[in-house]
Amino acid sequence: MSAIQVEHISKNFAHAKALDDISFNVSKGELFGFIGPDGAGKTTLFRILTTLLLPDTGKALVNGLDVVKDYRKIRQDIGYMPGKFSLYSDLSVEENLNFYATVFGTTVSENYDLIRDIYAQIEPFKKRKAGKLSGGMKQKLALSCALIHKPSVLILDEPTTGVDAVSRLEFWDMLKRLKNSGITILVATPYMDEAGLCDQVALIQDGKLMTISSPSEVIKTYPWKLYSVKSDDIFRMLNDLRMFPGIHSVFAFGQAAHISFKNEGIEENAIHRYLENKGHTGILVSPAVANIEDCFMELMIK
Amino acid sequence: MRTLLFIIQKEFLQIFRNKGMLPIIFVVPIVQLLILVNAATFEMKNINVSVVDLDLSTSSRKLISKYEGSPFYRVVQTTFSFEEARDLMQKGKVDVIIRIPSGFERHLVKENQGKVQFVIDAINQSVAGLSSAYCSSILIDFNRELMQDWLSPGQMAGLKNIQTDYSYWYNPKLNYKTYMVPGILVLLVTIIGLLLSGMNIVREKEIGTIEQINVTPIRKIQFIAGKLTPFWIIALFELAFGLAVGKLLFDIPLLGNLWLIFLSGGVYLFVILSLGLLISTITSTQQQAMLVSFFFMVVFILMSGLFTSIESMPGWAQQIDRLNPLMYFIKIMRMVLLKGSTFADISPHFYSLVVYAIVMVSLAVGRYRKVA
Repeated sequence: MSAIQVEHISKNFAHAKALDDISFNVSKGELFGFIGPDGAGKTTLFRILTTLLLPDTGKALVNGLDVVKDYRKIRQDIGYMPGKFSLYSDLSVEENLNFYATVFGTTVSENYDLIRDIYAQIEPFKKRKAGKLSGGMKQKLALSCALIHKPSVLILDEPTTGVDAVSRLEFWDMLKRLKNSGITILVATPYMDEAGLCDQVALIQDGKLMTISSPSEVIKTYPWKLYSVKSDDIFRMLNDLRMFPGIHSVFAFGQAAHISFKNEGIEENAIHRYLENKGHTGILVSPAVANIEDCFMELMIK
Repeated sequence: MRTLLFIIQKEFLQIFRNKGMLPIIFVVPIVQLLILVNAATFEMKNINVSVVDLDLSTSSRKLISKYEGSPFYRVVQTTFSFEEARDLMQKGKVDVIIRIPSGFERHLVKENQGKVQFVIDAINQSVAGLSSAYCSSILIDFNRELMQDWLSPGQMAGLKNIQTDYSYWYNPKLNYKTYMVPGILVLLVTIIGLLLSGMNIVREKEIGTIEQINVTPIRKIQFIAGKLTPFWIIALFELAFGLAVGKLLFDIPLLGNLWLIFLSGGVYLFVILSLGLLISTITSTQQQAMLVSFFFMVVFILMSGLFTSIESMPGWAQQIDRLNPLMYFIKIMRMVLLKGSTFADISPHFYSLVVYAIVMVSLAVGRYRKVA
């Protein structure tokens, strides 16, 4: 049985189509990532799965339970971390954790093992008000609170948005460990570099699912020849490259640009010469292997 | 049950952690009682009078001295020009102009009648009404003295006279404060119940904490009860605190059974808290909730019988007022505190509140949704 089973879910708001015929499955113990830009429908989908919102059409099951009919049972089973920090900022770290443990009918000590790794890092500040914590600490507290009742499914809506790069990595480490303890994790993120860390990724855009597969398979599907190009003036170079005859896509990628061609015949030298003619210096062109970001960028221009 | 107690405990923790809350609970009642009770008085004092005496006779002086001697009047201007007096009234510095025409005494003696004109500023019609009543009563007094001066004792005996004596029940000294304090206390309980409770729930919506609460297995009824119980307790505490302050500072009578007050207060708060909850379900920010609550508060308060008597409202307004919970509770408060009414006396009002509470609670709880 799948941990999460979504069949043809659609949801319309007054002025916009938020979700358009979404179907997917998440197996037990999987780390499933939803990648998509802001406004793609990730939060709407998660709110349906967490029983906070009713779908217009379609069916969604969490642990085999219907999100509409059995919402009460589902709430016992899932841990949810909304995109916006939603713990009580006027209660202390400890009080928040105790509160959520109690409303789920359990105690902190009973499930302490599960959150030990995470909570240990914020325990020195347990008397501090939640509102006074730093972004990374807030996120750890929110995760602790979402885990305190030992949920079998954890749903995280953009948990790393607004968190520094180091904390982001740390956070994904924590998710890996939770996954290893058997919890199914559904995570939404706008950061494509995090997609590679999931078992399965789904790309969502404008309420539609573009693709679902494992990161390695996604990469295999990349159809074009890809180059990485560097020069001293990246911004001007990006604009110039977009004018290159026969070019398919140009994206900034860290300190370089990733460019692709539909035409197989274009060689590195040709690009080099083109940029030289445009007056660029420090030009470096090399073939590149497509990573998951390139694949998603590709899917999104379609 | 354990969950409910824990939610209540958490609410109290948050309420008392809020730095603005303790002053609201303890300072507001004292300030309200001190200021409103002392300031919002209908007693007429210091009516400013301008005297235009064109007669300058013994009789006119005697009449004027009666006004000067009265505690209600203050002669601020004596002039021979009516225009001057009118200018002062235009500026709002004079409330009443007494004009005594020349020949006043002559007419009085010769023709047995004299004429005096009162010009009254009627911007505030209730003050104007009272002023004119006071003016006439002084004039009647003056008339009687005239008769005593001019008529022989034999003639006096021939005049029929009805004497009126008053005895004011339940408030023998016509103490305005005795009347105001119970009403002000109802106001206080209403503010705590309506504004604070409604805003508290909307606040959870506004800062997003409700999202996290909604995915927990907390029952709707647990959440609502957990949210409202603390304010129910605080408001009843306010009532007790306010009664104590009223007794100590204003020595208001506490004739009836205080448990009756708290019983009615408890039911009344169900109505008010439900209204607050209802407002919180239709609004999404504290600002909106505040505005809507204010609308209800103003209408309820102005029609509550606190400042104006309900009996003098037009019939349709009295019918509408049956929907005003404040009206019932103010009546109960005054009846029990000032008259020592028993449960049987207040039962029509009490049962109205009970029905009201049942309707409001079911409406509010039904309207509140955990699922969007």
